[in-house]
Amino acid sequence: MSEVSIDANKSPQQSPSDNGRRKFLTVATSVVGAVGAVGAAVPFIASWQPSARAKAAGADVQVDISGIQVGQLIRVMWRSKPVWIVRRSPELLASLSTIDGRLRDPNSENEQQPAYAQNPYRSIKEEFLVLVGICTHLGCSPQHLTEGAMAEYAEGVAEGFFCPCHGSMFDMAGRVFQSVPAPLNLVVPQHMFLDDNTILIGSDEGAVA
Amino acid sequence: MSGFLGWIEQRIPVMRVANQHAIQYPAPRNMNFWYVFGFLATIVLVNQIVTGIWLTMNFEPSAERAFASVEYIMREVDYGWLIRYMHSTGASAFFIVVYMHMFRGMIYGSYQKPRELLWIFGMLIYLALMAEAFMGYVLPWGQMSYWGAQVIVSLFSAIPVVGPDLVEWIQGDYVISGATLNRFFALHVIALPLVIVILVFLHIVALHEVGSNNPDGVNIKHPKGSLPEEDKTKYEIHEYYTNKYDIADDIVPFFPHIVLKDLVAFSIFLFAFCYIMFFVPEMGGYFLEHPNFEIANPLKTPEHIFPVWYFTPFYAILKAVPDKLMGVIAMFSAIAFLFALPWFDRSNVRSWRYRSGLHTTNLIVFAMVFVFLGYLGGTPQEPWKITASQIATVMYFCFFILLFIYSKNERTKPVPSRIPK
Repeated sequence: MSEVSIDANKSPQQSPSDNGRRKFLTVATSVVGAVGAVGAAVPFIASWQPSARAKAAGADVQVDISGIQVGQLIRVMWRSKPVWIVRRSPELLASLSTIDGRLRDPNSENEQQPAYAQNPYRSIKEEFLVLVGICTHLGCSPQHLTEGAMAEYAEGVAEGFFCPCHGSMFDMAGRVFQSVPAPLNLVVPQHMFLDDNTILIGSDEGAVA
Repeated sequence: MSGFLGWIEQRIPVMRVANQHAIQYPAPRNMNFWYVFGFLATIVLVNQIVTGIWLTMNFEPSAERAFASVEYIMREVDYGWLIRYMHSTGASAFFIVVYMHMFRGMIYGSYQKPRELLWIFGMLIYLALMAEAFMGYVLPWGQMSYWGAQVIVSLFSAIPVVGPDLVEWIQGDYVISGATLNRFFALHVIALPLVIVILVFLHIVALHEVGSNNPDGVNIKHPKGSLPEEDKTKYEIHEYYTNKYDIADDIVPFFPHIVLKDLVAFSIFLFAFCYIMFFVPEMGGYFLEHPNFEIANPLKTPEHIFPVWYFTPFYAILKAVPDKLMGVIAMFSAIAFLFALPWFDRSNVRSWRYRSGLHTTNLIVFAMVFVFLGYLGGTPQEPWKITASQIATVMYFCFFILLFIYSKNERTKPVPSRIPK
């Protein structure tokens, strides 16, 4: 087999007068070419980022919570999903732990919440609960039942979330009851307190744990 | 050669290439049915390209229109149903023949020296094919398209530090959306088919450079001058090969001998293919999963999410590991280990016909474990299946570890210098 190599194609008469210079030029040209190739790749890679329209549609939502009364639930839209913000009373918070035995995941072991909401109240500040209002079963939006209405479905539980589609039930920390179709607790979205009266839904940079 | 053909040949080497790579290409004469799957894979590739082009003529890659346009193809375009079923059945057929082709390479040691790169190119085709199939499955924008994409794309979020940003970059949105669908369409119909065709070309170039292996793993190319004249092949073989080697009387020209054998296989393959395509195109939910007949709904998770059958062995490995990142690593390692197969096997005997019973057992157990993992990954989760898939995952990797250990000093049978008559 005849070996064909780059060397064989070099001109036989003249060896380069200055090998060091030739090497320098080869390396310099390669480096410039490589930098150019990387630069040319930037627009192609960057165009895969979410577009301005997608960014606008998925932007964080800032919510003023100063007007929420104790016991009240407000709904905001975030990334086309309903997000609930509930201000819970101290009595309600105290009652949460009493039904741990009737829940699937009372300690929030499944990752349905950011780490800073993996606590008995599933919230950053105890009284303010933030949840994505979508049932983890088949995506309906559960109802908020108050003033004893929940007791009709869950004995002895005055307040909670009840899904009208298939009867899944959640307590006032969004934790799912046993023996209902929904497998998981309601999702706590990423969120943070910008100040005492403002919640930002969608980001949690520098969030307080 | 003269006349018109001669005029052409002087300008582009049609006959030279045809002679060198088909008419006068030396193929071992003992190639058996295991050697038809490369040919079948090529046929299926052509089928996918042709039917795919026709599907793009009516498909609309947007979250709003994709599902409806597939229904339009199925119900209103003349023969649209046939072209789509050719494409969807072809996808599964592709993996069936490719898995057979790979197993052939494993039992006859076709990955061993000097065919390591040939094997690597084959694995690259397999990898590109998986990406191609995954993205193609997303396009009809059914429930399983959407949630399958959700599961697969979220695998990347397990990567430390850059994971979540990487997922956003892949999706082009904060969730799987029309942007994702559109880019998967572009990759599915342009980028990956190009990559696959180029890789197939390189696979064949590499094959024809090192020559085809055979069920006995015997070399058919001998050093120049080492064979007496009566032992050399009487067929007219291209000088590209005869100038370098003595070609033993163990070969037949690829055309027509091997091609005709391949065509027999092709007609049998067509029986099975057409039966499935016409009578059971969904294959009981394995080729086209039932939830995919419902439009994608980001708010409604299907009860069970499975990938299509050809991914389920790797899905089982992913689910077997309790930690998300470790699961992803295990899954990708399962493929990486296959890439490295030529270096796990330290024996210089190729075919299992001349290797130890231990090796034969190891190969058969590996094949069974792979099928079992496929079953575990493609059926609803049950408690016993977690333990079973963990054991099967360990056994999957044990194939390679054991191979590495015993192949160094394996008790093999003597390999004949010529293909046995």
